[in-house]
Amino acid sequence: MSLASLGTATLFGLCGAALAGIGLFIVIAHAGLLRRIVGFNILGAGIFLVFGAAARRGAAAGFSGDPVPQAMVITGIVVAFSATALAVALLQRLFDLTGRESLDAPAASDKQQAEP
Amino acid sequence: MTSLANAFTLVAVGCGALLFLAGTLGLLRFPDTLSRLHALSKADNLGLGLIVLGLLPQAESFAGGLKLVCVWLLAQISAATASQLIAGVLYRRKSRP
Amino acid sequence: MTMLLDLALVAWLLALAIHVARARDDQGAIIAFIAFGLLLGLGWTRLSAIDVAMTEAAIGGGVTGMLLLRAEARLRQRSSQPQTPKRTTKAAAAIACTVVAAGLALAVLSFPSPAPTLAPAAAAALDSTGLGNPVTAVLLAYRALDTLLEKVVLLLALLGVWSLAPDQLWGGAPELRQTVAPPPFVYLGRILPPFGVLIAVYMCWVGADAPGGTFQAGTVLAAMWLLIMLASLRPAPETRRTTLRLLLVGGPVLFFAVGFLGFAVADGFLSYPEGAAKPIIVGIEAALTVSIALTLGLLVAGPSSRAPAP
Repeated sequence: MSLASLGTATLFGLCGAALAGIGLFIVIAHAGLLRRIVGFNILGAGIFLVFGAAARRGAAAGFSGDPVPQAMVITGIVVAFSATALAVALLQRLFDLTGRESLDAPAASDKQQAEP
Repeated sequence: MTSLANAFTLVAVGCGALLFLAGTLGLLRFPDTLSRLHALSKADNLGLGLIVLGLLPQAESFAGGLKLVCVWLLAQISAATASQLIAGVLYRRKSRP
Repeated sequence: MTMLLDLALVAWLLALAIHVARARDDQGAIIAFIAFGLLLGLGWTRLSAIDVAMTEAAIGGGVTGMLLLRAEARLRQRSSQPQTPKRTTKAAAAIACTVVAAGLALAVLSFPSPAPTLAPAAAAALDSTGLGNPVTAVLLAYRALDTLLEKVVLLLALLGVWSLAPDQLWGGAPELRQTVAPPPFVYLGRILPPFGVLIAVYMCWVGADAPGGTFQAGTVLAAMWLLIMLASLRPAPETRRTTLRLLLVGGPVLFFAVGFLGFAVADGFLSYPEGAAKPIIVGIEAALTVSIALTLGLLVAGPSSRAPAP
């Protein structure tokens, strides 16, 4: 199948699949929690794009796309934002309390300072 | 009449796109922050202005054209403020020993 | 020709996502993420989803980016970099993620044809409500329950953020700017909000018949409010204020009330009486826009960082 024969919907659907993979990789492979939050957002964007491809293919009844998945993606974007805000607030609290921004166990030198 | 308007759109939008290209090149190639900022604001102001001007004859209604002009104005205001803020940070950094 | 544009957009999206994965500093990654959100908005217009494009550009690129940048600035004074995972861990993660992406891609390539669609059902909802924008009809009539629950989720998230404040600061005001705002920014904070409010009202109103609606309008309003607070023109409100809390719950409460009223005057929960659907929906939208704007603004502002005034 040549690239040109793919429709716009399929192309963006495939892009969404790749973005979901990249986002998941960031969430797993980065220790810094802020970067993980960004990765979680990219993962979500990828899933939304796959959903958007399905919406575009579902064009019927005179609409250029199926409005039901589109509306659900709008809802999803807002919910993803609220989850991001909560995650950022948790991270800041963690940082204020411990001075760390990852979930790693404190390094050996930190431990010695904590237990004199 | 329509072909004349179409030709105008083509020329103006083409010039705008060229300016954006030049501005981006400047942003990537210029050596220091201030000249990069200069390239960026050129592209933003003149490039976007030319594109909006070129699209005006294609607007379906007066309100549509007005919205296009509003987009340009709002982009102008925000771009000018952003440039000022970046330059301000730079100035404060330089004046500090 | 349009295929070329699509390919360029997709290439940029993937390149920016990979940059987020590879960038050394968080700041560069977040700026790439903001560009990613804006380009993704363009991508949504290519999928003929203008409502989604506006939401993505405003929330995905704009407000989320601001939230992350603020967090990064606060975390920058950290002492130690987190340890990077081992090479083998990274390789295993890469393989696993490739498998996930390949599975998703296979699913995309084997979408059934003809595609299943709920568009006719949404069109029926459009006829019964008198709205012109199918997405608004889905959000507020056909699948109104989802939208209602999402408002509750937003409020719960805000409660979660607020409760992360230390005990003695509970009920106080969040602080958006510790230093003096630079004069050009204050100027922007003075001249932009009138335009922004006008645009938000327009978006909310036009959302009944054309792309736009409560979320987009609410985000623009929230952005204007944040701009004013960041320029130190008005302080952030104390989170214990009753009017603030009433406005926050106002939208969802009105939505619930209309929903229960449906039992009395129409066919059940969240169904609207014949003929009066459109004015009711526009009324709900107006109240929701205010609630969403306040919730989004306060979510970005974060937990209170000043003790409440006695």
